[in-house]
Amino acid sequence: MKWRVRVLVRLKEGLNDPEGRVIGNALRNLGYKVEDLRVPKCFEFTLESKRPEEEVEEMCKRLLANPLIHTWEYTIEPVK
Amino acid sequence: MPRFAVIVFPGTNCDFETVEAIRKAGGKAERVWYKGSIKDYDGVVLPGGFSYADYLRAGAIAARQRIMDEVREFVEEGKPVLGICNGFQVLTESGILPGALRPNKIPRFICRWVYLKVVDTNTAFTRLYEPGEVIKMPIAHAEGNYYIDDPSKVRIVFQYSDEKGNITEDTNPNGSVLNIAGISNEKGNVLGMMPHPERASDRFLGSEDGLRVFRSMVEWVKR
Repeated sequence: MKWRVRVLVRLKEGLNDPEGRVIGNALRNLGYKVEDLRVPKCFEFTLESKRPEEEVEEMCKRLLANPLIHTWEYTIEPVK
Repeated sequence: MPRFAVIVFPGTNCDFETVEAIRKAGGKAERVWYKGSIKDYDGVVLPGGFSYADYLRAGAIAARQRIMDEVREFVEEGKPVLGICNGFQVLTESGILPGALRPNKIPRFICRWVYLKVVDTNTAFTRLYEPGEVIKMPIAHAEGNYYIDDPSKVRIVFQYSDEKGNITEDTNPNGSVLNIAGISNEKGNVLGMMPHPERASDRFLGSEDGLRVFRSMVEWVKR
């Protein structure tokens, strides 16, 4: 069975996101009232698996995120 | 003569300088491609550079290559393992050293000389320094902002300071917790550091202060 997976990895709350700060400043300089801009990382892929949730969770812990500084969430949908 | 492996990943770029610094310190060093083996060596250095172009997170992909299992065996056996800059990032990403290296507080690449205070001289890499000594080395990184949730659990070896050894916010180039520039494992046989000792290993380069990292390592193997 094939699945379409989207993983979103975020810096934990309270941790400084320098890239987000710079982009937020740039938007404010353009006149937008932007606050607390953060830059999560998004991974999209197709996965062949009999236990997709388990495998995606494992992928996040082993490589896609650094559990010390990141949190993650994902969506898994069957490929039609 | 002690033999050291300098591991080369795709994107490593400080390997030749590191080999030269080890040679100058009295050791023998060879570059080893990451698909090879380091089993026959007395110690290993993970040099600086941009392994896998720093994609995902600096050091993250290199940290998951098979050769790191051999590096883990070195750590267990008590052999010296030194990670410089990208090598430090690989050591934290692989879980060999605690903590993480995040993008610099001001998100840009920094390349300049800094002063370091030698906090711990009881490691395989710092035994030839004086406790509290201030030394000069260059840094060159975009992700050197050391983070750990509980800094009391980490063995700090170097801290960014001024010329006199004062450690303040102004002397912190990248936002690291407690100005941390280098840490060791409990046994003292693993050191990760963001500054480049190999770029400060000859007076011609502007400082010789880094050479003692390699000399300490060579002598430690000989002991």
